[in-house]
Amino acid sequence: MTAELTVVRAGALTTVQDAGRRGYAHLGVPHSGALDTPAMGLANRLLGNDLGAAVLETTLTGCALRPDRAVTVVVGGAHCSVTVDGRPAAWGLPVRVPAGAVLDVGAATAGVRSYVAVAGGVAVEPVLGSRSTDLLSGLGPEPLRDGMVVPVGTPAPPVPVPVAAPWPGPPAELVLPVRLGPRADWFPPGALRTLTSATYRVSPHSNRIGLRTEGPALERASAGELPSEGMVLGAVQVPPDGRPVIFLHDHPTTGGYPVVAVVAERALAAAAQASVGTPVRFTLG
Amino acid sequence: MTRSPILTARPVGRHALLVELSDAGGTAAFHAEVLRRRAAGTLPPVEEVVPGARTVLLDGVGDPEALARGLAEWQVPPAADDDGEVVEIPVRYDGPDLAEVAALWGVAPEEVAALHTAHAYRVAFCGFAPGFGYLTGLPEELHVPRRATPRTRVPAGAVALAGPYSAVYPRATPGGWQLIGTMPDPGPLWDPGRERAALLAPGTRVRFVVADAGPAAVAA
Repeated sequence: MTAELTVVRAGALTTVQDAGRRGYAHLGVPHSGALDTPAMGLANRLLGNDLGAAVLETTLTGCALRPDRAVTVVVGGAHCSVTVDGRPAAWGLPVRVPAGAVLDVGAATAGVRSYVAVAGGVAVEPVLGSRSTDLLSGLGPEPLRDGMVVPVGTPAPPVPVPVAAPWPGPPAELVLPVRLGPRADWFPPGALRTLTSATYRVSPHSNRIGLRTEGPALERASAGELPSEGMVLGAVQVPPDGRPVIFLHDHPTTGGYPVVAVVAERALAAAAQASVGTPVRFTLG
Repeated sequence: MTRSPILTARPVGRHALLVELSDAGGTAAFHAEVLRRRAAGTLPPVEEVVPGARTVLLDGVGDPEALARGLAEWQVPPAADDDGEVVEIPVRYDGPDLAEVAALWGVAPEEVAALHTAHAYRVAFCGFAPGFGYLTGLPEELHVPRRATPRTRVPAGAVALAGPYSAVYPRATPGGWQLIGTMPDPGPLWDPGRERAALLAPGTRVRFVVADAGPAAVAA
């Protein structure tokens, strides 16, 4: 028998995430998947799971879970307190949670999204090859709600536990290496200089679809509408208000606003952990 | 030799290429050629092939620059009018914007069905929601603008027009298109549990038929 986790406290937004859905963008299906992919991978690795096994992704306020039989978990990503039945437990390393005990993943003290990996992986039914919740189009399981039951898969044999794991801290300043995008020619040189020299800040309107920014508006060289075209992860799209939006994993597959630049995928994990107000700089290269 | 529809190929980050085509027909032709080469194993590995209105995005490519250079050698035959199967979409022409569309077309409301079913359509690209296809094929004189005020809820199965496109809403969403009719059973449009999740995938040919006279939607 495998374990089930009862959701005691769902938190502000907790979703199931894995490596996402690939190969369906032409049908309008977003990639989805964990925003901080390295954090998901490290949490899974510490448990002997596949790196892309499904985990829970919390948002700012954590969550609490009660397994019906003993499970081993790792809580990583955003820093937070971890307790089991009220007693402090390790963050970032495997923790044994006895049957009936409550694992509480506290509010993020640094960063935005904590990842709760469980040995055996979260075992909800996959949709189009992925267990991820897609908040743009509603594919995959619903976000967690109090009282919901989350199934767990069969654990792999335990792996040797390291003394410490290499978790990066959240960025004090989010530096995003970009290449100019396919529609950079929709912007005058001055706008491109602004993009790569000004300091933006993470907007409170950011979500899994996009990291929105506040800062100087980018003017366009010409008005007019761009016929819908395919969008990539990390695209820096400029909507009519001129404030760049960085597309994250639940981004729409096609769009009509010009993409001025594209952020290197390796930098997106830090974007997922940059809290509201964090300074953002775009650097060419 | 036919003139290549490829205008430009622009890198999009390190792993993608946006190929810009001359027009919607050139886009359909290039998209079909990409799928042919992919099936034949002569295309370098590409994770996603995402057509747009006048572009095809090739995402998850090892070396976009090399792929872009190779495009110069491509022969892209025009999209055939008779390739592949035709999906039939039965429609009850009873949409709330039927009278407005009829007025824009300069015909009586009961003539909209005959005009809309008279043309052959093709799914140019998807977007907005899973399985939402943008269908080209409506002649230019029948193009209509979006509604000035979008509706907060358009029901699943709504058959709609906007600009050069026709579409069938796979599920209830907000929407700004002009609603001319209803597909009585929209279930086949999108089913992620099915091998072919979207009935209206890019490249698919489509015929609208009047519901009472025609068969149910067919997914071969």
